[in-house]
Amino acid sequence: MSEEKIDIHNSMTCPLPISDYKKVLLAHGGGGNLSHQLIQKMFFSQFSNSFLNEEHDGAVIPVKEGRIAFSTDSYVVHPIFFPGGNIGELAVNGTVNDLAMCGAKPLFISAGFIIEEGLPMEELWQIVLSMRKAAEAAGVQIVTGDTKVVDNGKGDKIFINTSGIGLIAPGINISPKNCSEGDIIILSGRIADHGIAIMSAREGIEFETQIVSDTAPLNSLVEVMLNTSRNIHVLRDPTRGGLASALNEIAMTSGKSIIIEENNIPIAEEVKGACEILGFDPLYIANEGKLVAFVAETDAEKVLNAMRSHPLGKESVIIGKVAAGNTGSVVMKTSIGSTRIVDMLSGEQLPRIC
Amino acid sequence: MKYVDEFRSAKAAEVYFRLIKRTITKPHVIMEICGGQTHTIMKYGIEEMLPKELTIVHGPGCPVCVTPLEMIDKALAIASLDDVIFTSFGDMLRVRGSKDDLLSMKAGGHDVRIVFSPLDAVNIAAMNKDKKVVFFAVGFETTAPANAMAVIEAKRRGLKNFSILCSHVLVPPAIEALLSNRGTRIQAFLAAGHVCTVMGYEEYIPLCEKYKTPIVVTGFEPVDILQGIYMAVKQLEEEQYKVENQYGRVVSKEGNIAAKELLKDVFNIVDRKWRGIGTIPQSGFRLKDFYSEFDAEKVFGLEGKTYSEDPRFRGDDNESKCIAGEVLQGLKKPSACSAYGSLCTPEHPLGAPMVSSEGVCAAYFHYKKREGAAG
Repeated sequence: MSEEKIDIHNSMTCPLPISDYKKVLLAHGGGGNLSHQLIQKMFFSQFSNSFLNEEHDGAVIPVKEGRIAFSTDSYVVHPIFFPGGNIGELAVNGTVNDLAMCGAKPLFISAGFIIEEGLPMEELWQIVLSMRKAAEAAGVQIVTGDTKVVDNGKGDKIFINTSGIGLIAPGINISPKNCSEGDIIILSGRIADHGIAIMSAREGIEFETQIVSDTAPLNSLVEVMLNTSRNIHVLRDPTRGGLASALNEIAMTSGKSIIIEENNIPIAEEVKGACEILGFDPLYIANEGKLVAFVAETDAEKVLNAMRSHPLGKESVIIGKVAAGNTGSVVMKTSIGSTRIVDMLSGEQLPRIC
Repeated sequence: MKYVDEFRSAKAAEVYFRLIKRTITKPHVIMEICGGQTHTIMKYGIEEMLPKELTIVHGPGCPVCVTPLEMIDKALAIASLDDVIFTSFGDMLRVRGSKDDLLSMKAGGHDVRIVFSPLDAVNIAAMNKDKKVVFFAVGFETTAPANAMAVIEAKRRGLKNFSILCSHVLVPPAIEALLSNRGTRIQAFLAAGHVCTVMGYEEYIPLCEKYKTPIVVTGFEPVDILQGIYMAVKQLEEEQYKVENQYGRVVSKEGNIAAKELLKDVFNIVDRKWRGIGTIPQSGFRLKDFYSEFDAEKVFGLEGKTYSEDPRFRGDDNESKCIAGEVLQGLKKPSACSAYGSLCTPEHPLGAPMVSSEGVCAAYFHYKKREGAAG
């Protein structure tokens, strides 16, 4: 069956001459002419930079002295467009943030696309555009990539893998193992926006809300923080599994005892309401533009103020501290004054959120 | 959040903690019926702050936990058919039947979907006329009206491909079953506020009088529960027994009359098997004959089909050490189980109460595992 053709000259959006095709075909991943055109017109036109433009099998990057951070993540979010963003910017921001949490300045990103045959070209175009914008905003370059197309029904529109490299400046040492007794725990803003935005956008859930994803690159916020203090011990972005899982991971890795105050954790009223209705605990709901920082008590106030001076950290608050003892667990002082364990999530079924 | 934050306030909680301490002079055992209340008690660490004289035991009010094995096996049998879209609330998917669970069926390529309302399942049926769409209608009186509505709506829209697998259970017969057990140690009940939102609380008055046991209709926020406990303790100390309503901002004596009419139109009251407890007379709903075309057991020829209950969940199997039956009847606490926290965890549940997040064993494990774990 021949694909319907569209008039490229009158198209207001996707400008590629190969948009003779309204939808991605298997041949776009086949390595032939259509593949080449897709990569040239869609990806190279937007991601253009000197490393990518070499059109080599991989990007060749000069290395300075020091340490590099290297991270990878795959994005399978459903739906691919959601309130506040789409899978493309999520894929860029996610890897940028993972690098930033290592204390690195993110520099280079790879992008691997697994596209399901039949994805509208226009949707791919929108995703590519937002990846370009996200990369620009974060100050990173997309320097290498890959495209595969799978049969209709064998994927879910599009999956994206991004890997990234960042440079760690001398003297910076961020690691969950550095979590120390007395550290103050700072959270950069309201939690659970992303997960609830995805839930509300999902097919079949009739839930009207204005909640939008918080997806954002956190590297400039981290830069401000690292310029303020060299006594930041741990950074973590509480993505899948939410704040509770992030804190548990740090507690388990370091063997330390974390205590947080329920009343100090900021949650938007709409998000609270949505969680009540859907039966979710916001502590376990994903974020894509928030971080927690473990800071030596002496520098906590300074770091908090620096965070609040940044647009992505203006609602930063102290939510707890690292207490004495080596339990490797997280406890919370509840709103009614009692304390309880905050556990890891144990297999609760939530839809794909990142 | 209005009407929520007030009932999660430390100041209000402190008032009731103090009142309970001041009132209590001797040991009492109070059971909260509902899994939602169990969850709140654990989540807010309420038990630890109550006086030692007071024992809170947790009732069989987690619908996922008490859904009998044979119903889950029926659900699995239906979901395994190629022309079926099987829909359910999320936490039913993890409960194992004799061999499998619905999540594994989904992973195996069968069309199993989570919905948030039975009316979503009706819409799925309307959009997929070539498939049979089945909704797993599980729950207490709280969820029954929405399920009744789904059936009425399907009939109104002339849908021939929608049915419900009905496993509804009722609270008052369960309270009677617990109280009529000679070994019971329960002296007062916190009744489930949401159930009473639908049903009112008139039907609890005869139970209260017959067994001389205080029943306090109670809400779900921590301060609701503390106030409910205080009201029950006060009655016990004064040697009174009456039905009181703590959840007055939501519950009226007569309940939701329109919803009750709906239930009467759509369902008959029948004997129902409860997992871990056994058959309780007149303790469940099933669809009336007028709606039999929407009864999945009839549609798929599963009526009368029985499966033997897994002995592990009867609580008398030495090998697995699971005491789910006794836990669900408030005879024992999860921490009294030698399998709890070692052989039995949410990832590898031996008994149903470890499966659902509202199940008492899962709630214990989630919020206080270290202090209780036997392993």
